[in-house]
Amino acid sequence: MDLFKSTVGRKILMAVTGLMLVGFISVHLLGNLSVFAGADAINAYAKHLHDLGPLVWVFRLAMLGLFAVHITFGVQLYLENRAATPDSYAVQKTLVTTFSAKTMVFTGLIVLAFLLYHLLHFTVQITNPDTAAHNLPLVHGHLDVFTMVTASFQNGFIAVVYIIAMIALTLHIFHGISSWVQTLGLSTGTSQDKVIFIGKIVAIAYGLAYIAIPLLLLARIVK
Amino acid sequence: MNLTLHVWRQKGPQDKGKLETYPANNISSDQSFLEMLDDVNEELIKKGQDPIAFDHDCREGICGMCSQVINGRPHGHEERTTVCQLHMRQFDDGDEIFIEPWRAKAFPVQKDLIVDRSALDAIMQSGGYSSCHTGGVADGNAILIGKPVADYAMDAAECIGCGACIAACPNSSAMLFTSAKVAQLAALPQGEPEAKKRVKAMTQAILDEGFGNCTNHYECEAACPKGISVKFIAKLNREYLKSLVPTSTES
Amino acid sequence: MILDGKAPTGDIQTSWDRARFDMKLVNPSNKRKYKVIMVGSGLAGGAGAASLGELGYHVDCFCYQDSPRRAHSIAAQGGINAAKSYPNDGDSIYRLFYDTVKGGDFRAREADVWRLAQVSNNIIDQCVAQGVPFARDYAGYLDNRSFGGAQVSRTFYARGQTGQQLLLGAYSALSRQIKNKTVTMYNRREMLDLVVVDGVAKGITVRNLMTGEIESHWADAVVLATGGFVNVFYLSTNAMGCSATAIWKASRKGAYMANPCYTQIHPTCIPQHGDKQSKLTLMSESLRNDGRVWVPKKAEDCDKYPGDIAPEDRDYYLERKYPSFGNLAPRDIASRAAKEQCDDGRGVGETKRGVFLDFQTSIDRVGQPMIKERYGNLFEMYEKITDEDGYERPMRIYPAPHYSMGGLWVDYQCMSNIPGLFVLGEANFSVHGANRLGASALMQGLADGYFVIPYTIAPYLASLTPGEVKEDHPEFKKSVEDVKGNIDKMLSIKGKKTVSELHRELGSVMWEDVGMARSDASLKNALQRIPEIRDEFWNNVNVTGGPGELNQQLENAGRLADFLEFAEVMATDALHREESCGGHFRTEHQTDDGEAMRDDENFCYTAAWEFKGAGKAPELHKEPLKFENVKLAVRSYK
Repeated sequence: MDLFKSTVGRKILMAVTGLMLVGFISVHLLGNLSVFAGADAINAYAKHLHDLGPLVWVFRLAMLGLFAVHITFGVQLYLENRAATPDSYAVQKTLVTTFSAKTMVFTGLIVLAFLLYHLLHFTVQITNPDTAAHNLPLVHGHLDVFTMVTASFQNGFIAVVYIIAMIALTLHIFHGISSWVQTLGLSTGTSQDKVIFIGKIVAIAYGLAYIAIPLLLLARIVK
Repeated sequence: MNLTLHVWRQKGPQDKGKLETYPANNISSDQSFLEMLDDVNEELIKKGQDPIAFDHDCREGICGMCSQVINGRPHGHEERTTVCQLHMRQFDDGDEIFIEPWRAKAFPVQKDLIVDRSALDAIMQSGGYSSCHTGGVADGNAILIGKPVADYAMDAAECIGCGACIAACPNSSAMLFTSAKVAQLAALPQGEPEAKKRVKAMTQAILDEGFGNCTNHYECEAACPKGISVKFIAKLNREYLKSLVPTSTES
Repeated sequence: MILDGKAPTGDIQTSWDRARFDMKLVNPSNKRKYKVIMVGSGLAGGAGAASLGELGYHVDCFCYQDSPRRAHSIAAQGGINAAKSYPNDGDSIYRLFYDTVKGGDFRAREADVWRLAQVSNNIIDQCVAQGVPFARDYAGYLDNRSFGGAQVSRTFYARGQTGQQLLLGAYSALSRQIKNKTVTMYNRREMLDLVVVDGVAKGITVRNLMTGEIESHWADAVVLATGGFVNVFYLSTNAMGCSATAIWKASRKGAYMANPCYTQIHPTCIPQHGDKQSKLTLMSESLRNDGRVWVPKKAEDCDKYPGDIAPEDRDYYLERKYPSFGNLAPRDIASRAAKEQCDDGRGVGETKRGVFLDFQTSIDRVGQPMIKERYGNLFEMYEKITDEDGYERPMRIYPAPHYSMGGLWVDYQCMSNIPGLFVLGEANFSVHGANRLGASALMQGLADGYFVIPYTIAPYLASLTPGEVKEDHPEFKKSVEDVKGNIDKMLSIKGKKTVSELHRELGSVMWEDVGMARSDASLKNALQRIPEIRDEFWNNVNVTGGPGELNQQLENAGRLADFLEFAEVMATDALHREESCGGHFRTEHQTDDGEAMRDDENFCYTAAWEFKGAGKAPELHKEPLKFENVKLAVRSYK
């Protein structure tokens, strides 16, 4: 199908899947922030997710699909773009593009690597057995997700990994959030600058919120 | 003023090429950049050396022939200006100037600063027209086109096809060039019947000719000597999306 | 010899319709058997190649640039005329015809001009259908502006880039035919010889500018649409690559050069500055719609800041001399008037060769935003070149060589005296007489390409068997050898002077002696100097590089070599034409108040020159001109 081959079609797929993934990280962020509301809040959230049963798997497969499309085409477009620019200039000055836009594939791959670690860490729970919820005593008959999270992030190494990954994510969506407006043809020229500005602000807000969790836990500001 | 030039010299398409350094002395601030290069070439000829080959023709900023990356920026640092309209009063005595050709896989260097841009013609041939016949068309006033639409189409149509957008793009994408034509014709009633076919064919041609994909860096707009806006790329994207939606009259 | 233009006789209003009906047609299924070569891809060439391709002929199209979209038609700014009479201001096909004949100072063929005026309306329709974004009003109707030499608003425009938009329209039609494989495009090729077999044009020899390879191309007919020759002046508004080479090579093969002395010096160009300038830049004539031309009344005011010169000390000389046309007087008249003021010591600017073009009155009337909307890009261009703001202080302008009305002689079918060789657009001499009105060049180029050559080539093609002569004919081999020999000769001189130094020398002779005002003495001086420069070229030029590579010096040298022969014919024509008409002003022939004085008794003919070899006097052939519809009269714009 043309959509999967065309230069614009693939870009639209990137935008649509990217937008959905932003939707995912938005929901994920709301859930995560419940850690600041105390142990009961985040444990209830975890239980709620757990109780969805087979729906969780439907959701996981959908996410896998989104990631597969986003990553496959992202890497493919990157490789094509590299092939289209074999020689570089002795002197090159860019005017409006950003570090974020130029490093999309790298920040994306960092996020991917982090994602695998994150799943092993909090979902499969095999990287740090001593703080894994599976191995912790149950609280009111539920897994103690709160302790797993707080204990993990009090480990400096884990917290720094998460913080670095969240910086990469922020950079990634710094370009990505406004980009879909252009890619889906919604930009009109006059609104362009505002859209880009808002996209950047939202990205920074997401980044700060995500980074706040490991950072505040590491600094023991939140316990 | 006296300047030092670092100019890309390459004997032919197969040659590796490298930057060579030349002095440009006694340059008047009223000269255009190309007239400065003319001076340098006259000196080289007098010394029995091969003058620097560069594309140029109208020297009034409209033919799109001139194509040099000057100090890292296509057509130099002055906004909305082609190389031929860039004047030496924009430079200072003692400046070092790097002059390189457009660089992209789809623009192979032919000699020195001259590249082959026939890929842009190929994109146009893939659908950058309305398929009207010579003669046998309606009166010019039979189709009314409001001023805002005519102005929008004209804004897009001002593209001179120089290729600076591609030279500036980190991906060597020809999206701005292509979108200017797609947007012009899609905005006008004359282009509407073929709009779906056109956008598909022209975007396919971008890849067939070896250009990269657009990832919204917007360097193209910043480098464009005619100020073509990236809003036309958004328009192209919209037209592409529209082309995916089948209508009841299509079988 | 007396030449016959074979124009239809009788009622002018039906002349083109009758002529079209009388023309033989080529059956649609036979058309693809014919091959036509089109040299040039501008308005005439691009439109012609596209239209012929669409009809089904096989067309090979050549241009020297890297793409057909770069032809110098692209630089035309102001607009294109048509007799639509949309503003209801009294225009008609007849009036456009009348204005063009009169504007050309009665030196054009009436029937050709009529045809041009008649098809002018089709051109607008055609361009609109292609998607050319002409200026429109808020109700959606096409907008018009006024141009010199007319009292009606008949000029259609697309901002200050009308030529660009029309060319891109033709280019899009051409691209479509290239895609359909009816036209094969050969970019970066320069025509270096016309191949004539038994007196009939059968092909061309070209140099591939990228590889230096010399190629032969056969065809059943060769069409030249290669533009004008005013780069003979070195500094002109033409593109750097514009040359007489294609038409001059045809001339060397026997085609007659008609009226080469008719060159247009455009009044509104940015004055020359310094001696290192490579070209002059035109500011559209449309500026004269809103700009008033003046110089100080007193020579001592010339160095003052223009705003400090009191209104009563300003001489709005065009309004004074030509009250009914004022600032919109035709180009030849406006140019000469500017020269007169400067010769009188009242020129402005560093070199004192300039006059003011002042927008203050219009800015006061309609406001700066409106002026910006109309001419914004021209003000920007002016500022880039001169570093002055045209809104703040008047622009400075001076005449510069711009267009050649003369060109290869063609009959009504656009065929030269060599059968099978057709010539279109600026390259031929046909419709503009001795002076071209503004916004008429675009009209002629597209008329010839879209609506004339598709008809007029058919009777010729129908008369021959397609593909009779191909590249294996000995004439093609001989032509390749001649071209190679000529190139080797230029490369072997290895003298002291560069090509551009010699071109500047030629240019300065042509500008001083064969420029805006010509006299017996100046022309005789030119005829002495040109052969001297030519000799110096062939003995002392230094062309670097080799033949088998991309070699821009060699390209320029070849073009200059042709100018050096052509210039002599041009000066000869100017010397022989003992009258003043249009762009040709002989100081001996003027009225008491300095207006051009035509001599219809003795010079009401087209002078077509047959080349007899460099340094030999060319032979004059005459085509008498008859004016049956527009009465021969003294042209007055007062």
